[in-house]
Amino acid sequence: MAESSIKIRGKKQTVFKDKVKEIIPGGGNLDLCLTCGACASGCPASGLEDMDPRKFLRMCAMGLDEEATSSPWVWMCTMCQRCIYVCPMQIDIPQLIYNARATWPREDRPKGIRDSCDMALRNDSNSAMGTAPDDFVFVVGDVLDEYREAQPEFKDMVAPIDKPNTQFFVNQNSREPNVEPDEMVPLWKILHLAGVDWTYGSRGWAAENYCMFLADDKCWDHVTRVSAEQADDLGCKVFLNTE
Amino acid sequence: MSSDWNKDRKIKFTIQDPCQIVRKGYGDEVADDLRFVIKSVVGEDNVIEMTPNKSNNYCCGGGGGFLQSGFTDARRAYGELKYQQIISTGADYCITGCHNCHAQVHDIGHHHGAAYGTVHIWTLICLSLGILGPNERAYLGDDLKDVDVFHPESSLY
Repeated sequence: MAESSIKIRGKKQTVFKDKVKEIIPGGGNLDLCLTCGACASGCPASGLEDMDPRKFLRMCAMGLDEEATSSPWVWMCTMCQRCIYVCPMQIDIPQLIYNARATWPREDRPKGIRDSCDMALRNDSNSAMGTAPDDFVFVVGDVLDEYREAQPEFKDMVAPIDKPNTQFFVNQNSREPNVEPDEMVPLWKILHLAGVDWTYGSRGWAAENYCMFLADDKCWDHVTRVSAEQADDLGCKVFLNTE
Repeated sequence: MSSDWNKDRKIKFTIQDPCQIVRKGYGDEVADDLRFVIKSVVGEDNVIEMTPNKSNNYCCGGGGGFLQSGFTDARRAYGELKYQQIISTGADYCITGCHNCHAQVHDIGHHHGAAYGTVHIWTLICLSLGILGPNERAYLGDDLKDVDVFHPESSLY
């Protein structure tokens, strides 16, 4: 639990919370807090930056918009939604956090998250590591050839890219093709033995979306669309998000 | 699939339910599916659960961009709760079903000098099927590096 109590100085107006209420479907029950503290008592981020979910919501309810939204704590809540799960009123505190992130000037948001988002915008891979589509295609082909030869029981194993009309469009975290390519193989083997009809996409193959964590709506919309459109253009039936 | 490889070894596993797939996704039903697969490959008696778990699980602290945010000390402080949960099970490995969880659970274990390993489920499925090669074992410890190796002659190590 956060140590210090909330101090209100002068008359405040609640603007931020009411704005968020209008954006999120159903309004997020943001005015229904019973102040019970179930959220804060089970939140691993409670106490960091002298903040917890209940305190954050109360501050927003009392009009301490600036003090709440500018707290670095908005980058320490992972928006895991356990607070909603245990809340008797199902209050959507994580959406409040997301929109608090969005109030920060882009250049003031954490550099690591911003850089990962910017990398994803460099090409159509969506990779937070900036890996180009051609490089992904090469690595997958190279690793596949190597394993078909070294493990002849899997000489017919496939790792298709842009195969049309498959059942599954599978995406892949950038870490494997970039850092530990052998880790892709067990998944391919399982899909092969199960007779699954699947494909990667040369566009939008990367599973991570740091633009979403950055609360950059325009950019995460773009990144998501690149992947979704590739799956649609190929005629794949199910988008299998492995992230 | 079979858990025979672990019948005598009795290597213990615990399960980190990913918030994204379970609480924010398909609920306890998919958490139960995950357990069906895990118990099939490591043996029912070799799974030690954390409490609370499934939809009521604590986030490990790897999500929401925390891993890239630069707030490393805060991220590890956040992960303290998860670390204590994992250690309390006494399990040799924590199975993670999500990349962010994998990175975070691995990091907090390493940070505290813990002995547990952090594994992807795909590794264990292939191990149980006897088709896990020597170069596909990056996250297995010494206790499992040499177990039922598929095409050991292809080892790069």
